[in-house]
Amino acid sequence: MALNENPSADPAGAPASADPDKAVLKTTRRDFLKAGGMLSMSSLMGTAALMTQSDDAHAAVEWAEHFQKNYRLMTAEEKAEAKARLERRYSAEYGKQVTVDTTDAQPGVLMGYALNIRKCIGCRRCVHACVAENNQSRGKERAGEKIEWIQVLRMERGKFEAEKMNHGYPEGLGIQVGGNAYTPAGLVLEGQYHYNPEKVPEEDATYMPIACMQCEKPPCVKVCPVRTTYREPDGPVVIDYNWCIGCRMCMGACPYWARRLNVTNPVLPKEEMNPVTHYLGNRPRMRGVVEKCHWCLQRTRHGRYPACVEVCPVGARKFGNLLDPESEVSKILQRKNVFRLKAELNTFPKFFYFYD
Amino acid sequence: MLTSFVSDYVRYVLKGGTKFYAWMGSLAVLIVGMLYVFYLQNTDGLIVTGMTSQIHDGLYFANLVFLVGVAAGAVTIVFPAYGYHHEGMHKVAVLGEMLAITAVTMVMMFVFAHMGRPDRLWHMIPIIGIYNFPHSMLGWDVLVLNGYLILNFICGFYYLWCKYAGIPINRKWFIPVVWIAIVWALSIHTVTAFLISTMPARPMWFHSMMPIRFITTAFAAGPALIILIFLIIRKNTKFWVDDSAIKLLTTIVTWCLGIAIFLTLSEVVVELYARTEHANGLYYLMFGLHGLTKLVPWFWSAVVLMVGAFILFLIPRFRNDFKLLTIPCTMAFAGIWIEKGMGLIVPGFIPTPIGEVTEYYPSFVEVLLTLGIWAFGFFILTILLKGAIGILLGDIKYGGAKAVAAK
Repeated sequence: MALNENPSADPAGAPASADPDKAVLKTTRRDFLKAGGMLSMSSLMGTAALMTQSDDAHAAVEWAEHFQKNYRLMTAEEKAEAKARLERRYSAEYGKQVTVDTTDAQPGVLMGYALNIRKCIGCRRCVHACVAENNQSRGKERAGEKIEWIQVLRMERGKFEAEKMNHGYPEGLGIQVGGNAYTPAGLVLEGQYHYNPEKVPEEDATYMPIACMQCEKPPCVKVCPVRTTYREPDGPVVIDYNWCIGCRMCMGACPYWARRLNVTNPVLPKEEMNPVTHYLGNRPRMRGVVEKCHWCLQRTRHGRYPACVEVCPVGARKFGNLLDPESEVSKILQRKNVFRLKAELNTFPKFFYFYD
Repeated sequence: MLTSFVSDYVRYVLKGGTKFYAWMGSLAVLIVGMLYVFYLQNTDGLIVTGMTSQIHDGLYFANLVFLVGVAAGAVTIVFPAYGYHHEGMHKVAVLGEMLAITAVTMVMMFVFAHMGRPDRLWHMIPIIGIYNFPHSMLGWDVLVLNGYLILNFICGFYYLWCKYAGIPINRKWFIPVVWIAIVWALSIHTVTAFLISTMPARPMWFHSMMPIRFITTAFAAGPALIILIFLIIRKNTKFWVDDSAIKLLTTIVTWCLGIAIFLTLSEVVVELYARTEHANGLYYLMFGLHGLTKLVPWFWSAVVLMVGAFILFLIPRFRNDFKLLTIPCTMAFAGIWIEKGMGLIVPGFIPTPIGEVTEYYPSFVEVLLTLGIWAFGFFILTILLKGAIGILLGDIKYGGAKAVAAK
């Protein structure tokens, strides 16, 4: 159950990473910035915003937010400022105490996920839990206002029928070279994963849940022109929503349709907003940026399960540390027959499907 | 001297008859409309367009891709002029450069229209932002497009400046820069093709034929537009574009169009013979998929326009009579605009990588914004061409009489 080998990590602060790779990276970044002679615009703006005593703090905070750096290049102080800024803005906006966590990846953790497709009953509780946990837009008036990161694809059970034995290809020419005795299976038409039956599982359907695969070689990261989306050291591919320019190259590159665009200002009612957020995770997004599943960083970095794993009534969803041989996911990889979606594309997902 | 160049240029360009002002005025109306819908799009968000999370590149991206081709197409004048020392082309090479400047400017505007957060575009500027180079293909595209804009600006305006000042061109550096610009023209369209053809997630685009298809369609659509512009210039100004230039351009358009049709046919055969799921996008485009058929009329009209234009180009009467020549040129331009724009970009998203079949159709906001950007393009093209022609004619000259407007 414990994902984190280091459960005593301080959730509020930003502990320095013990990962030596990271330390090296930080130095080079600092050198680069020094060489560029760049003023820390964001810290200046942040100070200005914090010093502003006017009632219009909201506007000032937003203005400073505009000039902040890419999250990965921020110094510890800049991260703290960005966090404080966001907490102030969100708390004012949603009328409750909102926290924005900036906990880094813990050393020795590589998150992994496994899903038992035989067990899935298609209840879609994971979808709804995900929306509630991760502050997705949930408007009903216009089509683009509703965002769901998980789709449970409802697949028709295909079948071959004796009556259709004589249906062939080509039709009506006397010599049959191919058969049409089947009913196609696995078609996904518009909105088909928004099904809402009275009872699940349905007799004539199978279910295929799908979400971000958190690839080890994510094509979305490669195409991003501003490096706003990247793989965190503990596995998940995340987005700095404040740095995203909304070019949507990542959406085109993703072979799993895991990314969503905020086509308008997200519809997130105050009372439904989840105030426990992570900077790279479920904090409220803004218009024009891309978002996606991040394996509930606000939970998993503190040793909890993602919301979808927690809510699944049949235990089809498993989550854990791939580097820990005793974790549930590692055991599944050792003992079960597993497969990954579109493995031929060499994206190396850390999301596995398996059978009992 | 530079200030006198600017003031003479501006004064010459501003003077014009009723026809000129009516033309510029109606373009300005569309530009104002564009600004309004751009405001809507950046307050309410992209929801005012037809784009969704399923089909997230639409009319803007389609025009962007097409116009990169038009920009590259300018090389069909510059290359014969400097590579083959073609007399007629040499006289008008600078007009091709003006067209390239315009087209690249329009591409940049479509980038702004396309972005979810145009206010954050500075994130791409090196040093103050981050530039994911060399990994991001979009990074490459921005680089080559800006480079092409600068190269054409230098080549075009240095040439005009020398004509204006009456000084000889310094061929020592000018000719190498021209050659760089010629090769660079190929790069902009190749990289734009790579932009979409390097995504295995989109099987319709994921093939190595994309760059050559882009180049051939570019070298058909670009010069087709140039021919039309040249004929308008011949009719409305004192400047005479030689027949030889138009004839050579016609030959280029004809055979690039022919190759483009051949490549499209090859794709159809390869994809539909095997008819795997990867052919679904093309199948949707040609016949519709699961009852969704919005793009089918677009595709077949593109086929009719392109094949029809090709046949007309082969008929000597249409090649040699410059009045009739406008028909196949317009057809080729419109056909390629559809084939390479809506017909290439949109079906790439149908079905989505998880197999969902949805449709896209541009909204009013998108149509008006697109028209506005085209209007802006024609606006600056008119200014650039008028100024360039004034200089070529000697109407704008250093120390010469105060500017006299062209007709």
